[in-house]
Amino acid sequence: MSHTRQVTLAASLLLGACLLGSAFFLSLAEQVPANAGDPDVIYLRSPRLIKRLSLGYDGLLADIYWTRVVQYFGARHAAHASHYRQLAPLLAITTTLDPHLVVAYQFGANFLSPEPPYGAGMADDAVKLVEFGIQNNPDEWKLYYELGFIYYVDMKDYRRAAEAFARGSQIPNAHPLLKVMAAQMAQHAGDTQMGRALWTTTYQTSEDKQIRANALAHLRALRVADDVTALEDLVAQYGQKTGQLPKNLADMVAAHLLQGIPLDPTGRPYKLTLSGRIEVEAPDDIPFLEKGAPPGYKPPPPKNLESLAR
Amino acid sequence: MNTRIVHIASNTFREAVRDRVLYNLIAFAVLLSGAAILVGQISIEIEKLVVINLGLTAVSLFGVVIAIFIGIGLVSKEIEKRTLYTVLSRPVRRWEFIVGKFFGLAGTLVVNTFFMAIGVFGALLYVAHKFQAPDSWVLVALYFIILQFFMICSLALLFSSFSSPLLSAVFAFSLFVIGSFSDDLRGFAQMATGATRWLVTGVSYLLPNFSALNVIGSVAHGQPVAGQLIAYNTAYSLLYSAMVLSGAILIFQRRNLK
Repeated sequence: MSHTRQVTLAASLLLGACLLGSAFFLSLAEQVPANAGDPDVIYLRSPRLIKRLSLGYDGLLADIYWTRVVQYFGARHAAHASHYRQLAPLLAITTTLDPHLVVAYQFGANFLSPEPPYGAGMADDAVKLVEFGIQNNPDEWKLYYELGFIYYVDMKDYRRAAEAFARGSQIPNAHPLLKVMAAQMAQHAGDTQMGRALWTTTYQTSEDKQIRANALAHLRALRVADDVTALEDLVAQYGQKTGQLPKNLADMVAAHLLQGIPLDPTGRPYKLTLSGRIEVEAPDDIPFLEKGAPPGYKPPPPKNLESLAR
Repeated sequence: MNTRIVHIASNTFREAVRDRVLYNLIAFAVLLSGAAILVGQISIEIEKLVVINLGLTAVSLFGVVIAIFIGIGLVSKEIEKRTLYTVLSRPVRRWEFIVGKFFGLAGTLVVNTFFMAIGVFGALLYVAHKFQAPDSWVLVALYFIILQFFMICSLALLFSSFSSPLLSAVFAFSLFVIGSFSDDLRGFAQMATGATRWLVTGVSYLLPNFSALNVIGSVAHGQPVAGQLIAYNTAYSLLYSAMVLSGAILIFQRRNLK
């Protein structure tokens, strides 16, 4: 073997061995618990300063910050974090860098607004974020819809929800249902019919698979709420008729109050408890349940991040 | 165009290619294809935006780095290697040498940008599956980036005509950064009064303004670019580059090369 060939072989072996060795020690180093304290810190907090430092490449930086928002929310959500202190500042930086990044307002508000475990429970910050989005994108009807949604679902402020839908309905090319919602809000505020209209609009106006799946999940939860209300009314009727509560739903079928055992959206039969409550058999399989879950039930965190999107 | 300028320009282009400047295209391709594939998995609904923002930012930054690091050596390296004396001993005027060098470097960057543009549109097609009419505004952003390169090439040549490569790089890069803040400088001028106002306004016109040439953020959202802006930016960049090039010629013409 020539000298050159020997050197080539030795260098190649050394390269491979060192690569494997360095990877091995790095993996060991990563297993050592870090003593870095709370990593929940943003070193540069001023959106204006960051925009200036971007040297005009603010679009790319906004994309990077948006990805950081998604990762931040996802990581803390998965860790069942009790607070999301940096979520609103990160969203403020993202939207200052790119005020036309509509997705950051839509999804950002959905991360901020819902109560835990589905969101950060910061509805006021969500409203501020969406109002900033409307200020910069006044022709984007989806932002008015989002604002109305936050007021309606998370803040239960039906007057402001109606106002937001009414403002949005005046935008050219706005979805016609905004006008209907603004009008119906006065009559049906707080009932499932209104909630169903909102989620149906979300389902119909989005092309995103995850958003549509999420809207369907909410519609299923609303169907359960309606079913439970109707069934509990029937249980009460049975009680009035017979002077005692039914032992199970089969008793109600026998009493001709039901034509058969009703099924929940997962295909499982509803359960009747001894206290006369109607419950679903597997509440973990029906996210966003408001009715039909056992008392004190705490829903698990959603399985994937996109499922939070409306 | 003067044939001597054409020869100098083509030699400058060839030299840049021999220096493996176009190898940056490989890094660009890796960056863009990686982003196109990965971003969808770590973020939400911004795949197309990232491809446009990242693609155009990379085109701009790679080009600026190439313009500065090649531009600063265009004259000083020729003096250092003493090849300039061979060139100038022939019937080549000093201004022709400077202008030829400018076109050579500008040509290199145009070719580089052309290949990068193909990459940007390829990645765009990959993530969006089809082109839409607003995507054509990306071409305008690329055109503005090329105009930006012309200005930076001329600045790098200006500094190269009288300074060392290291100092030229510092000066050129500083002007690139300052040029990105030119809107703030104008804002400062408007707030000032008296002589300060005139002085700052004068300086703001003397320094390059790159912020007007940056439409990356708006084209990423499919927003159109006004025809007037295209015309004004073209006129501004060409005149500014010609002004700086004239300064480079003036200095180089008087420089003692003995």
